[in-house]
Amino acid sequence: MRAPAGNQGLVAGDVLLAVDGVSLSFGGVKAITDVSFDIRKGEIRAIIGPNGAGKTSMLNVINGFYHPQQGRITFKGETRQRMRPYVAASQGIARTFQNVALFKGMTTLDNIMAGRTLKMRGAFFWQLFRHGPAMTEEIAHRKVVEEIIDFLEIQAIRKIPVGKLPYGLQKRVELGRALAMEPELLLLDEPMAGMNLEEKEDMSRFIIDVNNQYGTTIALIEHDMGVVMDLSDRVVVLEYGRKIADGTPTEVKTDQKVIDAYLGVPH
Amino acid sequence: MFYREAGQYKTTYAADMAIFPILQDRIGLGFILFTAFVLIPLFGGDFMLSSVMIPMLVFSLAAIGLNILTGYTGLISLGTGAFMGVGAYACYKLTTIFPGVNIIVWIVASGLVSAAIGVLFGLPSLRIKGFYLAVATLAAQFFLQWCFVRIPWLYNYNASGAIEVPQRTLFGTPITGANATVETRYWVLLTLVVVLTWFASNLVHGRIGRSWMAVRDMDIAAELMGIKLLQTKLLAFAVSSFYAGVAGACMMFLWYGGGEANDAFNINQSFTILFMVIIGGLGSLIGSFFGAAFISMLPTVLKFGLPAMGIPLSGATAEHLTFLTVGTLIIVFLIAEPHGLARLWQIGKQKLRLWPFPY
Amino acid sequence: MSATDATAAPPPLRLSAAGWTLVGLLVATLLLVAASLSGVVAKGDVLDKVMVDPFRQMVEAPDLLVQTVWEGLVSGVLYALIALGFVLIFKASGVFNFAQGIMVVFAALTLVGFYEMGVPAYLALILAVGVMFLLAVAVERLVLRPLVNQPDIILFMATFGITYFLIGFGELIFGGNPKQMIAEQLYLPKGAIEFKILGGFVSLQRIDIAAAMIAALMIAALAFFFQKTRIGRALRAVADSHKAALSVGISLNQIWVIVWFTAGIVALVTGIMWGARSDVSFALSTIALKALPVLILGGFTSVPGAIIGGLIIGIGEKLGEFYWGPLVGGGIESWLAYFIALLFLLFRPQGLFGEKIIERI
Repeated sequence: MRAPAGNQGLVAGDVLLAVDGVSLSFGGVKAITDVSFDIRKGEIRAIIGPNGAGKTSMLNVINGFYHPQQGRITFKGETRQRMRPYVAASQGIARTFQNVALFKGMTTLDNIMAGRTLKMRGAFFWQLFRHGPAMTEEIAHRKVVEEIIDFLEIQAIRKIPVGKLPYGLQKRVELGRALAMEPELLLLDEPMAGMNLEEKEDMSRFIIDVNNQYGTTIALIEHDMGVVMDLSDRVVVLEYGRKIADGTPTEVKTDQKVIDAYLGVPH
Repeated sequence: MFYREAGQYKTTYAADMAIFPILQDRIGLGFILFTAFVLIPLFGGDFMLSSVMIPMLVFSLAAIGLNILTGYTGLISLGTGAFMGVGAYACYKLTTIFPGVNIIVWIVASGLVSAAIGVLFGLPSLRIKGFYLAVATLAAQFFLQWCFVRIPWLYNYNASGAIEVPQRTLFGTPITGANATVETRYWVLLTLVVVLTWFASNLVHGRIGRSWMAVRDMDIAAELMGIKLLQTKLLAFAVSSFYAGVAGACMMFLWYGGGEANDAFNINQSFTILFMVIIGGLGSLIGSFFGAAFISMLPTVLKFGLPAMGIPLSGATAEHLTFLTVGTLIIVFLIAEPHGLARLWQIGKQKLRLWPFPY
Repeated sequence: MSATDATAAPPPLRLSAAGWTLVGLLVATLLLVAASLSGVVAKGDVLDKVMVDPFRQMVEAPDLLVQTVWEGLVSGVLYALIALGFVLIFKASGVFNFAQGIMVVFAALTLVGFYEMGVPAYLALILAVGVMFLLAVAVERLVLRPLVNQPDIILFMATFGITYFLIGFGELIFGGNPKQMIAEQLYLPKGAIEFKILGGFVSLQRIDIAAAMIAALMIAALAFFFQKTRIGRALRAVADSHKAALSVGISLNQIWVIVWFTAGIVALVTGIMWGARSDVSFALSTIALKALPVLILGGFTSVPGAIIGGLIIGIGEKLGEFYWGPLVGGGIESWLAYFIALLFLLFRPQGLFGEKIIERI
């Protein structure tokens, strides 16, 4: 795995990614309206907001799946009108999904190995024989994958097709697959949705460990406020596609607009 | 009791990643190869070779090709027959233009021609998906079939409008044409099938196979992980068409010994191969063999089996009955085991691990 | 593959315009190579023959043009009818019913088969309707019900099974020889009407006019059935979501029987019209595959799409065959429909009337 990058935990480093005035609409429906915020190196950044606030769309914009009509995205100092999925992935943005998007017919091992695809260069010719460089490469990557498997404590399910795993484990495998890409920026879309308390604690620990051990910058969407307040360094709050607050968990918690958004405004 | 991996520890990743990690499987594979190469030609007789084994091997190759596309990459194709045709005509043209070069080289090269055409017709796969793509592959089927008939250059302006397979030799022994014995043709075909199956197995177990399956299972996630969809799909089209093309060349040169496109490479051939893949098991190489064996032998069994049991059968009735049976069997199979014969095989192996003790 | 896959719009255009131009050029080159190899087109005047001459012919002999368009229109109506039966089933059960084309032949064969056994024409018609009902029940009981909740590709394959079963069954019972449709006995008109227009004669077969009218009537009836009746509402509910429909007490099994039966009747009508123009045999089933490009053109779930798609394909391929076919030796009708559909797909991947669906993850 990659050596830990400089900044860790609460220390906020340089800006790794900045979205600037991004607007996205589908036909007449506005999903995101003029949203700007940044993610600094090494931090855990939470994106929260009520259902339909445009959080997942925001992640989709960041890794190039949706193309915003307006705005700019700056990643690692390079400014673009829009990301392309391949560019995002190869420059180090990895992602997990709200509804688990694993490769259901493949084993845990193969799923995580698939996360290494971008790092593999083996020529077609050697792939045919499964010898020489192709095999050396395969084994080298298998070692990395085994480290991730150890880290996530999923050794026992290595060779089970992920479609057969319970939901909590699937989420964990999906995290493993994202980690296999050795990302600089890890986007987690509701990593704890539908989990019980114990599973949430496990997942929180993994997220913190990833952040600490590998120095990976993390942006996460989460509905459990307790988790968000505990884990994140800074929080951005969206409502109806607009940004209504941005700051540390304590700042956001006391922001009147946020309270209104979550509890409703008396009319 | 005899088939279990207990005590076979794997100490390296390489050993764990072997395609047959269990000793008994390797012994079994060796036995099957020995049977296929030595025992069957020795004791099987001409009928066994020409009416059972050769058709089965040719169809297995085509089924592997389609399985790579449909089973591994999740793209349905109804044009396999046409790509087989491309292989057959390419091989015919190549060997008549350059008769000096060994025919086996041309059989493989014709697979490459077919792969190129496959990539061309695979281009729409980026934009259209699922059943829409299945229909789009029909364009390939009908267009190519039309070419086979309307472009006389392809069949060297033969009056018959068909491929007439010339005699070609390997180390002085004829392997194609009227003088080639059925044993030689069988051995050449079997060798090709074994080598190409080995290649296919290597591909699907490595990085490329994982990309194919990733695209099949969740294309959006695959794309966001940096797998290039178009390239991955086109590679699947290329490899798939390569296998189909080689199968087509083998069909003409090592099995039929000549023939016309509308019979050999029509839409029904495409369907037949699709059935083989479905019944054998999507996403399983061994399933391709099971499916090919099953479907290619069914007409023979009906034609010779029923009269042998005392039920008289005219040729036409036998043909109708084949359709009826194939149709029924497809439905029965899908209901009983949607994952095909390959899954049954796996279940059987699981049972065997415990046999003869229940626990 | 899931139900949404088949209906969902493909991803936004990712290949650049230049990319598609390249694809177009490749195909065009392929065609030109085919043309020059087939030796029909002399070198040099290729451009003139492809780009100018056909249009010159159209202007010089407008009566031929009208005749060709009319013939395209008629075959388009027949394609549309097959596609219609298909759309009904796809909407209500999400099944890509490959067997629809065969059902057309099977229905016609049953009708003629009964008549040949000595049953009076109208009774045979009623019996054929009965057979289509039995078929619908059998399909629901023996195929759909055991396969409920399986992936779409499995159901698709099952309809292949139905296709082969029907071919084998039909030929076994009624024999494999082509048969004459009993058009006269059903009081369908025959002969032709000749018009003198645009300096030439255009002849319209009466049966074709009848076919177009009956098709229009049937589509109107279906539209009424779908929009205004209780069962129609249930059908639309099932089309939207199986689970939600179940939860409000709609019986899926019943709906499936009704839908397959409706598709069977559409097939029977199509079979009669088609049979009256040529003869009844399973050779028709290859032509019936033409309904598939109609579907990708019109969208799998749109009835108007099926109709307009049918007409575009029908007219397009007749014009193509008549004016451009001779340039490459003819017979391009066998694949032109697919290329027309593909061409449309490049610009509207969701089909003409399919809604653009936003992909979510």
